[in-house]
Amino acid sequence: MTPGRLPSSAGQLIDRSKPLSFTFDGRAFAGYAGDTITSALLAAGVRVLSRSFKYHRPRGTLSAAGHDANSFVQVGDEPNVVADTRLIEDGMVVEAQNVFGSLDNDKARLLDHLGRFLPVGFYYKTFYRPKGAWKVWEPVVRRLAGLGTVIPSTPHGYYDKQYLWADVVVVGGGPAGMAAALEAAAVSGTVEVLLVEENPCLGGSLTYARFDAEGERAARERATLVAAVEGCDNIRVLVGAAANGWFTDHFIPVIQGNRMFKVRAGSVVVATGSWEQPLVFRNNDLPGVMYGSAAQRLVNRYGVRPGSRAVIATANADGYACALDLIGAGVDIAAVAELGPAMPRHDLAVAVADHGVPIMPRSTVVEAEPGPWKDTIEAARIAEITGPGTTAARHDVLDCDTVVTSVGWQPAANLVWHAGGRTPYNETISMLEVGELPAGMHAAGSVAGCFRIDTVIEEGRRAGWLAARDSGFNGAAMPAVRNDRGETGQNHPWPMFEHPKGRDFVDFDEDLQIHDLKDAVSEGYTHIELMKRFSTCGMGPSQGRHSWLNAIRINARENGISVNEAGMTTQRPPYTAEKLGVLAGRSFEPERLTAMHWRHVEAGARMMQAGVWYRPEHYGGDDRDAVIDAESRHVRGKVGLIDVSTLGGLEIRGPDAADMMERMYTWAYRKQLVGRARYTLMTDMTGVITDDGVACRLHENHYYVTATTSGVDGVYQEMLFWNAQWRLRVDITNVTGALCGVNIAGPRSRAVLTRLTDEKLDAESFPYMAVRQANVAGIPCRLLRVGFVGELGYEVHCPAHSGEALWDALMEAGRDHDIRPFGVECQRLLRLEKGHIIVSQDTDGLTNPLEADMDWALAKKRPFFIGKRSIDIQRDNVQRKLVGFEIESRNGHGNIPRECHLVIRDGDITGRVTSCSYSPTLDKVIGLAYVAPDQAEPGSTFQVRINSGRVDGRRVRITPDTFVACRVVPLPFYDPENARQEPGNAGP
Amino acid sequence: MPFALLKYGLTRRHSVPDVFPEPGELKDSYDIVIVGGGGHGLATAYYLAVDHGITDVAVLERGYIGGGNTGRNTAIIRSNYLTPEGVKFYDESIRLYKDLSNDFDMNILYSERGHYTLAHTDSAIRTMRWRAEVNKHFGIESELVMRGELQKMVPQLDYSEDVRYPILGALYHAPGAIARHDAVAWGYGAGAARRGVHIHQNTEVTGFEITGANGHAGRVTGVKTSRGTVRAGRVLQAVAGMSGEVAAMAGFRLPLKTVPLQACVSQPLKPFLDAIVVSGSLHVYVSQSSRGELVMGGSTDPYGVYMTRSTLDWKEGLMAHMLELLPFISEVKLLRQWAGMTDMTPDFAPIMGETPVDNYYIDAGWGTWGFKATPVCGKENARMLATGEVGDLIQPFALQRYHDFDLVGEKGAASVGH
Repeated sequence: MTPGRLPSSAGQLIDRSKPLSFTFDGRAFAGYAGDTITSALLAAGVRVLSRSFKYHRPRGTLSAAGHDANSFVQVGDEPNVVADTRLIEDGMVVEAQNVFGSLDNDKARLLDHLGRFLPVGFYYKTFYRPKGAWKVWEPVVRRLAGLGTVIPSTPHGYYDKQYLWADVVVVGGGPAGMAAALEAAAVSGTVEVLLVEENPCLGGSLTYARFDAEGERAARERATLVAAVEGCDNIRVLVGAAANGWFTDHFIPVIQGNRMFKVRAGSVVVATGSWEQPLVFRNNDLPGVMYGSAAQRLVNRYGVRPGSRAVIATANADGYACALDLIGAGVDIAAVAELGPAMPRHDLAVAVADHGVPIMPRSTVVEAEPGPWKDTIEAARIAEITGPGTTAARHDVLDCDTVVTSVGWQPAANLVWHAGGRTPYNETISMLEVGELPAGMHAAGSVAGCFRIDTVIEEGRRAGWLAARDSGFNGAAMPAVRNDRGETGQNHPWPMFEHPKGRDFVDFDEDLQIHDLKDAVSEGYTHIELMKRFSTCGMGPSQGRHSWLNAIRINARENGISVNEAGMTTQRPPYTAEKLGVLAGRSFEPERLTAMHWRHVEAGARMMQAGVWYRPEHYGGDDRDAVIDAESRHVRGKVGLIDVSTLGGLEIRGPDAADMMERMYTWAYRKQLVGRARYTLMTDMTGVITDDGVACRLHENHYYVTATTSGVDGVYQEMLFWNAQWRLRVDITNVTGALCGVNIAGPRSRAVLTRLTDEKLDAESFPYMAVRQANVAGIPCRLLRVGFVGELGYEVHCPAHSGEALWDALMEAGRDHDIRPFGVECQRLLRLEKGHIIVSQDTDGLTNPLEADMDWALAKKRPFFIGKRSIDIQRDNVQRKLVGFEIESRNGHGNIPRECHLVIRDGDITGRVTSCSYSPTLDKVIGLAYVAPDQAEPGSTFQVRINSGRVDGRRVRITPDTFVACRVVPLPFYDPENARQEPGNAGP
Repeated sequence: MPFALLKYGLTRRHSVPDVFPEPGELKDSYDIVIVGGGGHGLATAYYLAVDHGITDVAVLERGYIGGGNTGRNTAIIRSNYLTPEGVKFYDESIRLYKDLSNDFDMNILYSERGHYTLAHTDSAIRTMRWRAEVNKHFGIESELVMRGELQKMVPQLDYSEDVRYPILGALYHAPGAIARHDAVAWGYGAGAARRGVHIHQNTEVTGFEITGANGHAGRVTGVKTSRGTVRAGRVLQAVAGMSGEVAAMAGFRLPLKTVPLQACVSQPLKPFLDAIVVSGSLHVYVSQSSRGELVMGGSTDPYGVYMTRSTLDWKEGLMAHMLELLPFISEVKLLRQWAGMTDMTPDFAPIMGETPVDNYYIDAGWGTWGFKATPVCGKENARMLATGEVGDLIQPFALQRYHDFDLVGEKGAASVGH
């Protein structure tokens, strides 16, 4: 008889009226709603779920709760699915992973026979001789490693997030958690309690464990508690939901399916239970060796008999409880090996003995004997224990197909660890214990070391009451606790019996045996962290939940120190592996559109990224260069309109506004006239240029300052940062999004604008660099007469909500002047012709104003602006200069230097090109470049290297040097007299 | 089956001796005391012994070797920097890295994968071209590749125009590699210990003995530790993440801001990504380790703090961006996240060489880029400690440069915006 389904009364969590079918490795299987993949396969007699990471040994369920990688399978596109906990669905396609061939016939199982040639950390010890060998071996090792498969056609699923808030979050819906939630909720009707349970239903251990010989207690308690929780209005329950981490200030992500609840809790009760721990003996990884709690889960939750004849090895009452459940399920118990010195006196043990089961005190299973295909158990060898980890030579060999072990527990204290709480080892009970907890956190139930059901419920109630109090609620008196934890004997101090031939696994995920850890220590990796990192113990998918306790014990013994001196490795979030999609959520990536955005799209603009904004690169046309040429000729000859809304805008207001300006910017602003604009240049403390713009003085105490698109947020932040120290009487507001703007430029711009405003625009009334507040097309606007592109022009700024109306009005008013919109690329070309720099293109992380030839923008007499001291120190040590250059003819398109091509002199880098373009207006290639100071004289030439490499396969071929000669010329290239500001004057 | 493993299978007992023999009590005096048993400190000890025959050396480590940023970084090795000083320095490091497995007799799993720094904006394209040009100038295989070519080289990425930040191109750096970070520390440590260097773990430095400090910074003569005081001829400080604190004990200040940098790994997966992919605009870097885990990182935390606790919002943001690049990995699961502490300098270049305190040398300011420099730092530190002379490769990184405004601007070559 093999594993199989029990008669219809068994299995609390399955619904036998709803049969489902699925496939595993191509074979069809049936199960019921509520079945996990593991339980449905076991019901059909299938025990082997996977192949192990290193030796490709067949593996079946160990915990039936996913505390190990044994039950990892691939479900469709999803790798590394935990078969122990994933519920089956109709039509589900489940496959084994990490197999070469099939699960039954995995060619890589050969590795199991080579095991003795693969010592701990074997990959550090070989594969590198001769030099280059690793290149050959690495692909082989990589293919053998890894578990599930990523399928590149996997669609991006739907995931989302929701914020939640609760006064008390109770993590864990077992007896302690339910009691805590009920008590917290009872303190006051206004306490909002959130109860989070990982399993599909409430109950925790009450859904599978047994607390009495009669086997009635668990169901009775569960019914009572669940009914009470469900009847309580101020408890919200999330089932099938993992509280996956603790972050500062009780911020807890709770993942339920494809949704992440981001929960901010007033206080937290951790009632997360504990993980059963393995007994380590030879072949303790054979399918059919499992925890007592696993066997009970299978029987009581899913109505599945784990085998037909079992040997039980136990060090606590749980093993006897399990024996009773198995007997009830018709499993023949060959014997109970009691690791303790004598048969216990409690009711459970007596009941087992009454069934005629032989109980062998001071004994343990030392080996499971495999069947012919090494994937079943034929017998268990039992021996008398003679000391910690040692046994007598004589073995009893008992036929069986299942070995069940109950030798101890480990608190699932992840949230406690994330919060900085510690769990020192209690030598008396051989268990890690939750110690002092962070403020606002309480623990109850087996995570807190309590296993006696009455006390668990009492301690749960007290924890709930304390948590409510922490959240500010005071009500009834604190519930009493009798402090009776019953017998403290859950954990055996040394449940490990090393076998001379090994295969006694401590870490199932990583295929680590006792001697692997001992060898790691003897090699010098003595510190617990070094042992972990060298052996990879605890670094696999289960993150040590079944392996640390024994690993720390081994480390302590090998080092001759106590378990607490050995210490524990740091546990980090998340609690369970979480899907990247869940973390990403719907991925709202901010994007900002200007008020005129859709007008650009309608006009056929190609939009480009500009920080978080989009801007028109150019309008229409397939031939990018031709379109940009045409746009630039239009601005120079007629009139063009560009959206400049993305430029930053800052309002600086208050009695100290001028002082603020003079500290933040390099030039002088105190004497700036109201109604005038001035260039602004900002440097950081090291004197490096960080931003530029224009300051408009609208009132004695009011400046309106523009900043670059990508720089404004930093500028704003910097101003607030400094003024937190200076305490100047100013108010600083970032109005970038509140305002929008256009630049109307070209010889006909005045004529167009005149049609829409009563403001006098003639040269005398509204000179260059003047600022006015006026209505344009009935919209209140700020008009700035500036000349970034080198033509008569006006920037018109208005409230963002009027932006589209402004754009439409200007386009309409300009129609018979042949107005056309122009894009960012055209603007870049026009400003280059005019010799204006773009901060971050023509400057870099080290450019100071002296290098950028902007000494004129530095206030000389003022004692301070940010960066002044640094600039003054560097005044005599300028390392490079930004110069304008030109190339006589176009010289064939391929030979135009690109931005960031290097200036080379005598084989050394002396600078680089920062801007370069063909100017249709000038019919020359012009650009800006950094050169050595002694190369900066107008008329001199320098060499720029172009086309210096190409990719060839995976190599980069560095090609022979090609140089272009560039001649330094004075700036600006275009209209040096600034005559274009008055169109009546002759232009070039 | 490689020959080297035969001995393990054919001998009854595990045949490897203790590679980190316990040195016992601290001696009264060492010629050289290295503060910090991370990769840099251990590499320095190794090259002192190997290159200079100096073994009267103590490495003092508060915790365990390699437990700081050496064991927390994402193990990416590259030399595609921006400044000539940086490029030459890291190129030398790569040259040394390539031989380490054989030098150590220990496989550090050095794996050349090719490193791609994606550009999503025209300004990023400009920066990538700048780095490519500087790299090629020094013979380093880096090149700007545009989208079409990139798609053939790294087909896994999402090249559609429908995403928020479409990929325009990348800086391809052929020698970009990953390695097993722990093994680098262990290899150096074992090599140094085998030659007689004392590695004292669980030994915290609590102060320094400094003489003649009247009016100037004085000269270091001894190191105070939790296990007593040792006299020292020369002292090297190599304590990434704690540099400002330790320098303060020696009586001088460093221009550093210490901020946490987080990273994370996925569960192991069969190999599907060879390339090391970095996106500055998306603040993402990712590679797949030889174990099959995706090793992922992003930007530093937005505030300075001495704390290695991880945060939720960091990984939320990182994964949102990760799925922009690799939309098919949404079902892949994150296994573990952690944080290290990074000492950020104003110019994103390290601080190496002499300090105001005589005989006290420094190896600091490693920010987010220290692992890749481990070998060259060890080599150069050893030379400096042995001879008292600062080599050409590290001269540009002198602490004095912040006084002289002779900065080494590497911000443009940081893997992601920090």
